[in-house]
Amino acid sequence: MSTPQHQMQQQAAPAPNWQAAPGTSYTSPIPVTRTHLGHALASEWTKIKSVRSTMWTLGVFLLLVVGIGLLVAAQTSDADYAEVPYTIPAFFGLILGQICLITLGVLVVSSEYGTGMIRTTFTASPQRYRVLTAKLLIFFVVAFVVSAFAIGFVGLATSGMHGGASDNKWGGTVLMGALYVSLLGVLALAVGSMLRHSAGAITSMLGVVLVPAILPAFLMMSESMRTIGEKMQEYNAPNALAQIFELDSDNGGGGPQLALLAGVTAAAIAGAYALLERRDV
Amino acid sequence: MIELEGLTKRYGEKMAVNHLTFAVRPGIVTGFLGPNGAGKSTTMRMMLGLDRPTAGDVRIDGQHYDRLKDPLKYIGALLDAKGMHGGRSAFNHLLCLAQSNGIPRSRVHEVLDTVGLTAVARKKAKGFSLGMGQRLGIAGALLGDPRILMFDEPVNGLDPEGIHWIRNLMKSLAAQGRTVFVSSHLMSEMALTADHLVVIGQGRLLADTSMADFIQRNSRSYVRIRSPQRERLLDVLYGAGITVVETDGGTLEVDGGKPERIGELAAQHQIVLHELSPQQASLEEAFMRLTAESVEYHAHADPSLADPSLAGTPSPSAPPPPSGGQGRQAWGSDWKKG
Repeated sequence: MSTPQHQMQQQAAPAPNWQAAPGTSYTSPIPVTRTHLGHALASEWTKIKSVRSTMWTLGVFLLLVVGIGLLVAAQTSDADYAEVPYTIPAFFGLILGQICLITLGVLVVSSEYGTGMIRTTFTASPQRYRVLTAKLLIFFVVAFVVSAFAIGFVGLATSGMHGGASDNKWGGTVLMGALYVSLLGVLALAVGSMLRHSAGAITSMLGVVLVPAILPAFLMMSESMRTIGEKMQEYNAPNALAQIFELDSDNGGGGPQLALLAGVTAAAIAGAYALLERRDV
Repeated sequence: MIELEGLTKRYGEKMAVNHLTFAVRPGIVTGFLGPNGAGKSTTMRMMLGLDRPTAGDVRIDGQHYDRLKDPLKYIGALLDAKGMHGGRSAFNHLLCLAQSNGIPRSRVHEVLDTVGLTAVARKKAKGFSLGMGQRLGIAGALLGDPRILMFDEPVNGLDPEGIHWIRNLMKSLAAQGRTVFVSSHLMSEMALTADHLVVIGQGRLLADTSMADFIQRNSRSYVRIRSPQRERLLDVLYGAGITVVETDGGTLEVDGGKPERIGELAAQHQIVLHELSPQQASLEEAFMRLTAESVEYHAHADPSLADPSLAGTPSPSAPPPPSGGQGRQAWGSDWKKG
């Protein structure tokens, strides 16, 4: 910046430049592009893959789902799969693994608030809704692909080990299971965007997942609370996954539970958008 | 060109920014000065659309910030050195910013080179020193080759070489015809870089003036005299129609007086002088006087203990005397009481 040549140019330049037309004084050689969602997506993709927390959470998720899945598959016999899909070993890993996706979902947004990066982000992209949209899409795709891969891998391995035991279709459980845990992560992202605080948002999400799974045991004791307890038992996250993997074949395949989660997630996203535009950063 | 009109920000009862109206013109460095808590950062955040004003308006080349289609090419901002994720490498930090505005990847390498971080481009930002973080922030500001640059306290944490570098950088950016808006709480720093000065205190505009005007108006010059024959000297000076101010330390001061004339008078009346020196109040003092009523957090120090070096940090146009504030009453002693 301080080579003699440079300075000569600079000294010659200013006067005519800014007196002529204020505001159009300096024109950059970089071509002007109108920014759109595509730019935000590229940016968020770079962000999510360039921090270690992504590798950690997804690594642990894969380890849990695939590791526990294979262990369960090894401990079971062919006859166990007569009436259930081959992906069922993945269920046990997912009960724990969903917490990894929740953590990642929260961190995708709350880490920006924690580090101050969010101010840089919103300065570069003042259309805040676009940033949140890109975060939601990128995270959902990453979470869905990774969880579908993990569940599918466990399904393939199990069918390899216990081949021919049943002709149950298990492709649907891969998609439904991946969709369910990915939506949980998306919900966590929306909650993180509203709370702006990693620990707070992760704790809230653990509450959302765990409390409805534990509370029914107490609610059932009282007659008046029994119906609420039963609903809670039916719709809580671990039970929803159990339904999806047909652990309990009497009930449906987890459709209502998935619909409920989609509804809650949509509401949380709507709340996140509304707060995003209104609040100071 | 940045235009603020009646910009106001209220947090509950507290007016952080109170009806600010001024314009930042291109081609010069505009210094934005005020004591801590004066509302500088809040004002800058509102300019960038990060905080919503309670009232008033900011326009960037006639547009609202959130209407800009390619914001990084309009404005590059350094708000604080911590505006980055520590786990991300310098290169990736800049890359994700560049991508959000469709700026080519090659530009990332260019700005890394400009700020001298090429060697550590792949290192995580959390391992950076304060100065390196500041450089990375500046690289981010330069990324879009913007026509407006905004720096919030850019010299914080920089070593002398870094301070020198950023001074020259700001000047050369302004010389290219860009708008440069830089905040600081150090008058001495601004005296070296800024052409124009906007001073605020407790959110209110205190001055909007060119640097030259400010210096001329605010640098009080006086002559300091010490003499063992103080009473006689006072009589003589009084007789000659010269107003003298007596200070605590036993020295005399003559506002705007000529040392030659006083020296000649003393010689005529054979008065011994121990000191006869022209003095100039530093810009730092002028700044403190200007913002005295609006300083938010006062240090209620004993004036006699006041360190003279605090009162006058050297500045080129007005080098303060080595014992600047010693003999005289400490600056702002009147407002401290009130």
